[in-house]
Amino acid sequence: MPQKPFTQLTAVGVPLDRANVDTDQLIPARFLKYPRDEKYRTYLFHDLRLRPDGSENPDFVLSNEPYKSQGKILIADRNFGCGSSRESAVYVLQDWGFRAVIAPTFGDIFFNNSFKNGFLPIRLPSDVCAKLRQNLHDRIGAEIAINAEAQTVTGPDGVAHPFELDDFRKYCLTRGLDDIDFTLEATAKIDAFERERRPSWLGHNA
Amino acid sequence: MPKTLFDKIWDAHVVEARPDGQTLLYVDRHLLHEGSFHGFEYLAERGMPVRRPQQSFAVADHFVPTTSRDLADIEDDVARSLVERLEQNTAAAGILHFGIRDPNQGIVHVVGPEQGISLPGLLIVCGDSHTATHGALGAYAFGIGASEVAHVLATQTLWQIKPKTMRITVDGARPDGVTGKDVILAIIAHVSAAGATGHAVEFAGSLIRDLSMEERMTVCNMTIEAGGRTGMIAPDDKTFAYIKGRPHAPQGEDWEHALADWQALPSDAGAMFDAEVSLDGTALQPMMTWGTSPEHATPIAGRVPRPDDAATPEKAEEIREALDYIGLTAGQDLQDVSVDVVFIGSCTNSRIEDLRAAAAIAEGRKVQVQQAMISPGSFLVKQQAEKEGLDRIFKEAGFEWRESGCSMCVGMNGDLIKAGQRSASTSNRNFRGRQGPGARTHLVSPASAAAAAVTGRFTDPRSLAR
Repeated sequence: MPQKPFTQLTAVGVPLDRANVDTDQLIPARFLKYPRDEKYRTYLFHDLRLRPDGSENPDFVLSNEPYKSQGKILIADRNFGCGSSRESAVYVLQDWGFRAVIAPTFGDIFFNNSFKNGFLPIRLPSDVCAKLRQNLHDRIGAEIAINAEAQTVTGPDGVAHPFELDDFRKYCLTRGLDDIDFTLEATAKIDAFERERRPSWLGHNA
Repeated sequence: MPKTLFDKIWDAHVVEARPDGQTLLYVDRHLLHEGSFHGFEYLAERGMPVRRPQQSFAVADHFVPTTSRDLADIEDDVARSLVERLEQNTAAAGILHFGIRDPNQGIVHVVGPEQGISLPGLLIVCGDSHTATHGALGAYAFGIGASEVAHVLATQTLWQIKPKTMRITVDGARPDGVTGKDVILAIIAHVSAAGATGHAVEFAGSLIRDLSMEERMTVCNMTIEAGGRTGMIAPDDKTFAYIKGRPHAPQGEDWEHALADWQALPSDAGAMFDAEVSLDGTALQPMMTWGTSPEHATPIAGRVPRPDDAATPEKAEEIREALDYIGLTAGQDLQDVSVDVVFIGSCTNSRIEDLRAAAAIAEGRKVQVQQAMISPGSFLVKQQAEKEGLDRIFKEAGFEWRESGCSMCVGMNGDLIKAGQRSASTSNRNFRGRQGPGARTHLVSPASAAAAAVTGRFTDPRSLAR
């Protein structure tokens, strides 16, 4: 869907010292049936952030200020967003207020889903992520700067780290574009593929 | 140049390749379930039609009850409305839909192969991460998100960046009592939960070829738990025999043409993979998970790992946190751990062979856990099991014999495990809270699940084999 363009962002970084943060942690399955309304954001990290009685778990990083109301960039460990294909994992991060996640590696489907929503997943080497998290622990509330055009992440220590972003995704992300519009421009090619390249044994219709 | 199975299928589906690597791929078959409502909503908002409704197939599985086949029995209004919306959306678009009362209903990843919808050489997608299941037939099958579902409905294509290739070879004669589930758990423990991230995995080797079609589906199903984009196995005579005569499979002359194409699919001799992994099949044992990630897998006959033995401080902390959640002690003998709930079902292990393996252990024994339930993977699987008398064996032992659906694997239909309860489950994810808040999930094969059910604790099923 058309999104808010993402060009540059300087915001409070939230260190999440966990590997394999799976989609069931990001949003437990029991919330998937609900519409994306004003309550949606509260499903984020529901079972880590809240105790069984519904009170906040102060040991979880997002329960505390300034992270709770100002955090917009999450810095995690390896294999972030692994697990299910639920795009809700991206919706719920976005509705909370996050606009980007930085981690050494991501679950592939989560990574793809992010771009479809104008949400930026950034892969940086494991030691860089660890350093960034350490910087944030040392200076709580410190900011991280992301420049999507220049493809850099600048930590609280002022060191800029380059990241990869292909031209297609950068184009859509920085303009807030939807890739369906892009694809519809290739309709003639899709028509031709259907006429000429599909196996005959599938039948002309399937 | 010699090509891999994956490269052959990829190349045959490229509509357009951009210089930056983004490639528009043609989707042969698209599978839908209740969760696909986001995609239909998107199309409705934009007033766009479904481009090729005859290439989409829908099944209600995530929210359906396993206690009956009556929509009215879904107590939760929101869940019921999603099952109804799938029916309405597919009817409006002209998409074939296997609803809750359809004699071909089942879990989407069981129904696809069963109906001959999933075929070698095809590109298959579904808004579900376990879509690689269909790769067991030699297809390129992968899970997609809601925006991608909308993209496929609207254009019958997807933008993708070509993954790297990885071959995981398991050679050697299969030890007695080792099943496809044990093979994939051992693989995930070996490569880690992110070991195949960014890769299309081909499973190969003599032990993989020796697996039945259904076991191959179990193996490919869990590729995502190693991070893999897809998992696939080269089609062979076993594959062709499995497909022949299924409702949506090619017939007559088309069958001969298809067969010729399919026989050319296996990776060429000398084809290069970006990564190679190999496991000694002769060393495999029945496996179970002890922690909160599928990579936390070890032989049932083994012990809970000790954080102090971990390679790094981070890994030690991860083990400590996992043990804290799962309620086990470092160094504990796994076969001393008692079990509260046994679940046999899910897209991983709910096919007829799975039920036969569980029944062979359960026969003449009694359930020793608080709850033991079986949800067959489809209505047809259930029917076949009943024809073979497996339902009687299970009921006499004290198992609940349910209807088919995703059920307790993900608990979206209300089949949940209570906080603190420990399950032996044939499903695919032991994430925290996966089967309900506070639930402690251990992944096992159907034989091992049945063994846990009749002994009340984790048990190497070989000790119960007759």
